[in-house]
Amino acid sequence: MEVLTDNAGLFWRGFVGTVQLMCLSTLLAFALGMLLVSFRISPVPLCRGLGATVVTVLCNTPLTVLFFGVTLGLPMLGLTGAGYFTLAVLVMGGYASAFVCEALRSGVNTVETGQAEAARSLGMSTAQTAALIVFPQAGRAAVPPLGNAVITLVKNSALAGGFSVYELFSTEKTLVERGYAVAVVFLWVAAAYVVLIAVISAGFRLLERRLAVPR
Amino acid sequence: MRSTLFEAPGPRARRRHVWYTVLVAAVTGGALCWALLRFKDAGQFDARMWEAFEYRGVQLRILTGMVDTVKAFVLAVVLSLLLGFLFAAGRLSTHGLLRRPAGALVEFFRAVPVIITVFALYATDLLRTAVTAAAGFLRENLGSPGEWAATNFASPTLWALVVGISLYNGAAQAEILRAGVGAVPKGQFEAGYALGMRKTQVMTAVVMPQAVRTMLPSIISQMVVTLKDTSLGFFIMYEELLYAGKLLAQNTATPHGYPYLPVLCVVGSLYIITCLLLSWAARRLTALEWRGLDGRGLPRVSSKMPMGSR
Amino acid sequence: MRPRFRRLSSLVLLSSLVLGGCVLSGCGREGSVPGSVGALTAATPGLEYPVRKGAHAIGSKGYSRALTRDTITIGVKSDHPFMGFEDPVTGQRSGFDVEIAKMIAAYLGYGPDAIEWKTVAPQVREISISKGDVDLFVGAYTINDERKKQVSFAGPYYLGGQDLLVDKGNRSIRGPRDLRGKKVCTVTGSTPFQRISRPEFGTTVVSHDSYAHCVQDLVMNVVDAVTADDTILKGYAAQNQGRLRVLGRPFSAEPYGVGLARRDAVLRDAVNDALEHHVRNGNWLRAYRATLGRSGAPAPAPSPVRRY
Repeated sequence: MEVLTDNAGLFWRGFVGTVQLMCLSTLLAFALGMLLVSFRISPVPLCRGLGATVVTVLCNTPLTVLFFGVTLGLPMLGLTGAGYFTLAVLVMGGYASAFVCEALRSGVNTVETGQAEAARSLGMSTAQTAALIVFPQAGRAAVPPLGNAVITLVKNSALAGGFSVYELFSTEKTLVERGYAVAVVFLWVAAAYVVLIAVISAGFRLLERRLAVPR
Repeated sequence: MRSTLFEAPGPRARRRHVWYTVLVAAVTGGALCWALLRFKDAGQFDARMWEAFEYRGVQLRILTGMVDTVKAFVLAVVLSLLLGFLFAAGRLSTHGLLRRPAGALVEFFRAVPVIITVFALYATDLLRTAVTAAAGFLRENLGSPGEWAATNFASPTLWALVVGISLYNGAAQAEILRAGVGAVPKGQFEAGYALGMRKTQVMTAVVMPQAVRTMLPSIISQMVVTLKDTSLGFFIMYEELLYAGKLLAQNTATPHGYPYLPVLCVVGSLYIITCLLLSWAARRLTALEWRGLDGRGLPRVSSKMPMGSR
Repeated sequence: MRPRFRRLSSLVLLSSLVLGGCVLSGCGREGSVPGSVGALTAATPGLEYPVRKGAHAIGSKGYSRALTRDTITIGVKSDHPFMGFEDPVTGQRSGFDVEIAKMIAAYLGYGPDAIEWKTVAPQVREISISKGDVDLFVGAYTINDERKKQVSFAGPYYLGGQDLLVDKGNRSIRGPRDLRGKKVCTVTGSTPFQRISRPEFGTTVVSHDSYAHCVQDLVMNVVDAVTADDTILKGYAAQNQGRLRVLGRPFSAEPYGVGLARRDAVLRDAVNDALEHHVRNGNWLRAYRATLGRSGAPAPAPSPVRRY
């Protein structure tokens, strides 16, 4: 307990860092994920191929490698202005966008073809079919995998601590460096993640129940 | 192509699609060209940046990095599957005394980031003492094979990485196995019990083989995650592929710059290829017919599972 | 086995055979990459320090446990040119810290072959030393009170300080006061970063995750100066062979010490003796000239060791 009370400031800073990273990268991941999924399910073959390639590469690259690629690569491209926090958000948002895309796509896949056919036979345009019939149902089905994607993102955010962003992993490193008992520090940091993830999954479960349609 | 969202395009739609194709190709092609040109300006495509790979020392370094990555990966896969079976057995137990702690452990390790666990293990005395003791034991009692094992495998960094990864991946594998057991039809259990088997027998002889078979694609997808996680070893100075790559990029710098893009290309593609091979194996296994088992008329369980979520 | 699998496995086998065969048969070139730090250091003959015979076999009371083995494990850095550097191509270690480590080892009775080098990351220095992963740590390690709670220090063996690295032709920057309105690069979150960010200097601070990166920016004129401990800057100045210049007016004091296990007074005294010995016989200066001295910056006066 002393570890926590003596270093409440550090823990708080780490926790806030993790939460900030989480919120911003989640936003980015959702935006990019929607763009990617619109490519992946588009009727244009080039878009589909592009979307599939991006997703395959992202899903099969370790996040650490991506971190290096971006933090060293962007400045070489002449984009030197971004700080470490921004870079971390970019990397994590980009990485998670692949999983968000797959979650959304799996949602779209659950919608029966008959639904869209019925809509079209009523004279709806493609946009109307998508917006009024397919996406509302797909979104509902995509909630659980989206929740998983966000949880994975939170856990991945710990890597940012290895790239000069202050969050909970940095707290762990600092406190271990200061000579506190490793097990105690670990348990407190782990507890912070457990709480964070419990809150998120509870939120998604609630959302799932709210959106559920009794059949 | 038949799809939920659109039907076969008509002539007008097809013309529109051509425009989309041109637009997307122009934008992505333009961005790619711009990036490549910037890298060229930074000298990344000069022959001397790529010459580093011609040196024997560099090739050896990358190979050793790869070997160390594979070493950690294989150990972690074995350990995580062992832990997975243990955790799953615990969670499926009828004794609350076993089930609840197993459930808590699984949920705990699934929630904690791997790097947090790996770093904590790296910093503890416990693991170090255990590894040193094991190395001493191997050296004294097993002669030259023991000596070989001790020099190659008795490193605290290796085991911090392996154990840390395995705890998370073991928890994940346990959940996969549990889902697999859940997918086995109830009749299979009942048939086992009707034959007079005990629960352990039903589990090991009837249910688990089917569960593992159904879940093999997911299990392998989780192995892809395990492989990606080995790159965390970099943070604790375990000299795997990424570590070798970073050292190469940074320390072969000349006054002309450092070979960032060449090393990223080589290391990145090594990771991607290895992961893709695993994913490919997972897909093949999904499509594989299980010879000898089908012939006995066992019910075929749907083996379509979403790929790992990480 | 199905034909598909056989095809795949033979493909994998073939490619690994080609790769492995290529490496083992040695179709690659030998030596270091021309122009890299490894090649620069390999070109000059290494310094040698006479090994004191049987020095570590003294069985005196309270003798350091670290010295009972046949080899000594020394922690160093791997990414600072001419300070603590590892050539990834040949595996050779070089730099001022490495020379200091060799001197100490020789005094303690360990020849170069009896040294096991270990790269230690900044985040785990204290842990590695206190858990005995390394017997000694020689890696631009500033002595301070916070660290003294966990490890002991011998030395200092070098009095460093934060300094500035500029283009050779740049005469307008003479110290941190001249940086107003200029761009300075340093490593994110480091002590030099915190110091240079103080409002009194009024500079625009650019930060990267490695000094190599900052130096790249300086060479490409993206920034006007790089700030860090002088040892780091001298290393990069030497690497860039006369294109860059270290000002040589440190504006902080960073006494570098040799980190070792806390309460191992015997080892600490022995390392202090070793340092004094090699300063007296001129090896310290020779080592400086062969490494950091290549930057053109004169050697600072060696500091007397602080025994506590």
